[in-house]
Order: sequence, then C-alpha cells, then structure tokens
Amino acid sequence: MEDQREKNIRQLIEERKQKKSFRDYFEKSIPSLLFVIASISVLTTIGIVITLLTETVEFFKRVPIVEFVTGTVLKPLSQNPEFGVLPLVMGTMLSSLIAMFVAVPIGLMTAIYLSEYASEKLRKRLKPMLELLAGIPTIVYGFFAFTFVTPILKNLIPGLEATNILSPGLVMGVMIIPMIASLSEDAMSSVPQSMREGALGLGATKLEVTRKVVIPAALSGIIASFVLGISRAIGETMIVTIASGSTKNFTVDVTQSMQTMTAYIVEVTGGDAPAGSTVYYSLYAVAMTLFIFTLLMNVLARYVSRKFREVY
Amino acid sequence: MEHVQEAQQFERKLNGRLMMNKVSKGIFFLSTLFGLVVLAVLLYRVLSEGIAYINWNFLTGKLSTNPERAGIMGAILGTFWLMIVVAPVTMFLGVATAIYLEMYAKKNKFTEFIQTNIANLAGVPSIVYGILGLTVFVRAMDLGNIVLAGGLTMSLLILPIVIVASQEALRAVPKFLEEGSLGMGATKWQTIRAVVLPVALPGILTGAILALSRAIGETAPLVVIGIPALLIPFPGSIFDKFTVLPMQIYYWTLDSSLVAEYANLAAATIIVLLVALLVLNSSAIIIRNKFTKRF
Repeated sequence: MEDQREKNIRQLIEERKQKKSFRDYFEKSIPSLLFVIASISVLTTIGIVITLLTETVEFFKRVPIVEFVTGTVLKPLSQNPEFGVLPLVMGTMLSSLIAMFVAVPIGLMTAIYLSEYASEKLRKRLKPMLELLAGIPTIVYGFFAFTFVTPILKNLIPGLEATNILSPGLVMGVMIIPMIASLSEDAMSSVPQSMREGALGLGATKLEVTRKVVIPAALSGIIASFVLGISRAIGETMIVTIASGSTKNFTVDVTQSMQTMTAYIVEVTGGDAPAGSTVYYSLYAVAMTLFIFTLLMNVLARYVSRKFREVY
Repeated sequence: MEHVQEAQQFERKLNGRLMMNKVSKGIFFLSTLFGLVVLAVLLYRVLSEGIAYINWNFLTGKLSTNPERAGIMGAILGTFWLMIVVAPVTMFLGVATAIYLEMYAKKNKFTEFIQTNIANLAGVPSIVYGILGLTVFVRAMDLGNIVLAGGLTMSLLILPIVIVASQEALRAVPKFLEEGSLGMGATKWQTIRAVVLPVALPGILTGAILALSRAIGETAPLVVIGIPALLIPFPGSIFDKFTVLPMQIYYWTLDSSLVAEYANLAAATIIVLLVALLVLNSSAIIIRNKFTKRF
C-alpha cells in the first residue's frame, strides 16, 4: 500500500517534469516564432524594393535612364514610343501643389482654432467630425470631384476641360485637411501651458501668443505635418485617376487634362499591357519614381520633427 | 497733456490688437467649419443622387449594363469575402508582431530598424502595394486575380496600422498586472496570454476594425491587381474572382459620361459603402468605450 503510493507520487513528479520540459520548450520557442512573424513587415519592404528594382533595371536596358528622367514626351503606345517621365512628374507636382494650397492654410487655421481658441467641450465635438472627413474613402472623393466640383468649376472657368488637374487637386486638399489639422494640433497642444501663460501675463492677446509663442515652439511638428500631407497627395490615386484624365500633357495649365504617376500606373495595369513589353516595364519605373518621392518625404518629415523639436 | 495723449494712443493700439484677435478667431472658426461644410455638401450630394436608386433589387441583383436592372450583390459578397481573408491574416500577423516588439524584443539596432521600417511602410502609397500584389501574388505565385490575392495584398497594406494600434494597446496595460502574474509563478507567455492580451484586447480590436474599414474603402491596389469590369458570377469562396464596392463605384463613375444614370448607381453604391463603414466605426467606438478597463 505504502509502496504503491510512493510509486504514484514518483510517477506524478516524473509526469510533471515531462510536462514542464515541454512547457519550457514551448516557452523558449515563442520569441523566435514571434520574431519570424515580425520580420514579415521587413520582408514586405524588401519585396517592394526588389520587385520595383529588378523590373526597373529591365526597363532601363531598353530605354536609357537619361531619356526617362529628362524626357518631356510620354507616348507609350505609339509606333515610336517615347518614355519621358516629366509629364507625369509635372501632373503629380501640380495636383499636390493645388492640394497644399487648400490644405495648408485651412488645416493650420483649424489646428489653431482647436488647440488655442475652442473650449474643451467644443473641441470634443469638432474633432470626431473632422476625423469623419478623413475616414471617407478616396474613391468617394473622386466621385465628388468628377460629378460635382468639375461642373461647378466649369461654370466659373469656361475653358476648363471635362477632366482637369484643378478639380482633383482641390478635392485632394480637402481630403488632407484633417491630417494636417490633427498632426499640427498635436504639436501645438504639446507646447507647455506655462509658456502661454507667461506671454498672456505680459499682456499679449491670444493671437499674439499663438503667432509668437505657440507656432514657433510647435514649428517642427507643423512642418512635418505639411511634408506628410505632400507625401499623401503624391501617392493619392483614385481622385486623380477619375477626375484628371489620361492625357500626358507637359504643361503648367491647370485647366487641362493631365496624368499623374499614380494614374499612369492604373492606366497601364488596367489596359492589360502584355508582360514583358516595354510599356509593362515602364510601369515599374514610374512606380519606383513614386516610391522614391514618397519615401524621401516621409524620411524628411521624421527628420524635421526629430531634429528641430523644441523640448521643454 | 502729453501723458493723456500717450494713454489715448495706447488705448487705440490696444483696441486694434484686440480687434485683430477677434477677427482672427472668427477666421479660424470659419476654417474649421470649412471642412465640415464640404463634408455636409458631399454627403448631401451623394444622398440626393443615390437614395432613390436603392431598393431590394439593387441590393440583391446582379450587375447589368441596364441601369434599371443593375444590382450590387456581387460587389457586396466580394467585399465580404475579401474581409474573410484580410481580418484573420492582419489580426494574426499584426498582434504577433506587436507582442514581439513590445514584450520580447531587446532594445537594439535591429528592433529599431523594424520599428522604423513599419513607420515607413505606413507611408508607402497604396498603389505600390498593388504592384507588389500583382507581381508576387497574382503573377509569381500564379493565383490570378482572386479574392485570396486581393486579400493578401490588402493585408500587407493595413498591417502597419494594426501593428501600431496593437503596440499602443499593449503598452497601455499597467505594468503591475504583468508583474503580479509573473510573481505568482506564471511564465512569460502565460502572462501575456492570460493577463496582458485580455486587457489589451479592446484597444487591439478597435485598431483592427479601423484598419479593416480602411481596407473596405481602398480601391487603388485592387485596380492594379486587375479586377475585371465584366459581369462575373457571385464569388462563393476565397478562390473565386471578385469585385468589391469601391471598384463598382470606380467603373460606374468613369462610365457616367456615357450613361448619365451610372452616376446615380455610383452614388447609391457609395451610400451602401458609407453605411458599412459607419457600422464598422461605430462598433469600434462602442468596443473602445464599453470594454476598455481602467486601472
């Protein structure tokens, strides 16, 4: 009897040991398992860079890189195709510029109102409403630009084409307002209250406090929000695809139809360009250009907000 | 005498400055309203164009070139199947990555690199993900333009959002809970699974739902992958060809210069899409407010 019991306990201990060793093993393998999953995000980046790079190199074997970078004519489907990227760069820059003309002043002033003037109660009501604006899918903005804004602009500017770069630029600006407003507001809200109180105590008005104390102190964050806004505008696809057309114009006339880099990618992939053709490879060269532009902007934004941040 | 003059001068200047402040406040307020007014106009415009076209036949019918008979059931099902792929894939990858970065990773250069890389990925235009999906999933793995290929592409696109949201949720879990559990003899993984994750779950879910609503509205990557505008049978699994609501809006908007009624169909589809987004976002807010524990 006694013997039996001892044996049982021994068994129990053995079993537990075995269980424990399995648990230890499991426990030890978890970090490496999670590490493998975490590297997927790195793999994604590598995947993007490799796909773009290999096909772009193939493209530059057929079209000299100098012609691509400096060419002002883009005729991918003609008998004597020409592959200058500048018309697309121009379209992208113009639409982004127009967007920033709308988004920077309105976004910044919204941020000032929310952070400096609005009561806490009002701010809590207004912010979610602005976030709603940010949550609207871009395709809906595209629909809005094409079927609503363009006809209105046409009444104001008689020479406006049915597809043009002005209308999507303006609508894109509205889309970016919440982004600039919210990032700038974050920067301004993190300026210590004591600095405001110091200036107010010296007799400054709220506007003077904002202009001479809050904005200079929050400048790095504000500028970073502008740069991120530009990056967003450069990468935006559906609004320009729908409302700015597919004419590869190299012009600064915003009433004309123009194509952006993103819209070109959509046109080429949608047109079933046969794999292996020069047109097909041009897709990757343009995407590479787009990728570099946005990456530079994002790195710049982080650099600005880190390097020039005032710490209190 | 001079004194009085000086005082008057000061008063005038002060009044000017106060006036300036008031005027500016008005301008700032109007700017804030601007965005909201545009939002209101946009919503009104979509509603007035589309609401009359929403009926049972539109919601359950097949696509058709005849605007009278066109329905969006295919697009609704396509969006549904897409989410069936995207939701579990991003949740699994996103939460696992966040757990690694917050709980296990040592503070070294490589961890910092992963973190910077995630931030950079969040800034890559969605259309570039489309090209990645086209090259890797559609062509190299030869999946074709089926739900699975689109879903994996979308998953990569919203992965950074889910990771960052999950990280924030994990970081918000008070340290004493973790320490208590470890002190009672639980292993690290047991602690994470039974103590940290349940507390962080509302935050993680909120972030994931918001990311999903981004994926539902996203069009560009799917255009690049090549979703046909043709009439296709309703998708019944993740291996079928498909279309989604934003794609339908895209094609109908493009063709609205040919058939004016397509603009109304696009508007009606937008209403359906926005209602879906509203439901998703409201559920995210409810989860955040109801289930977040405070310590």
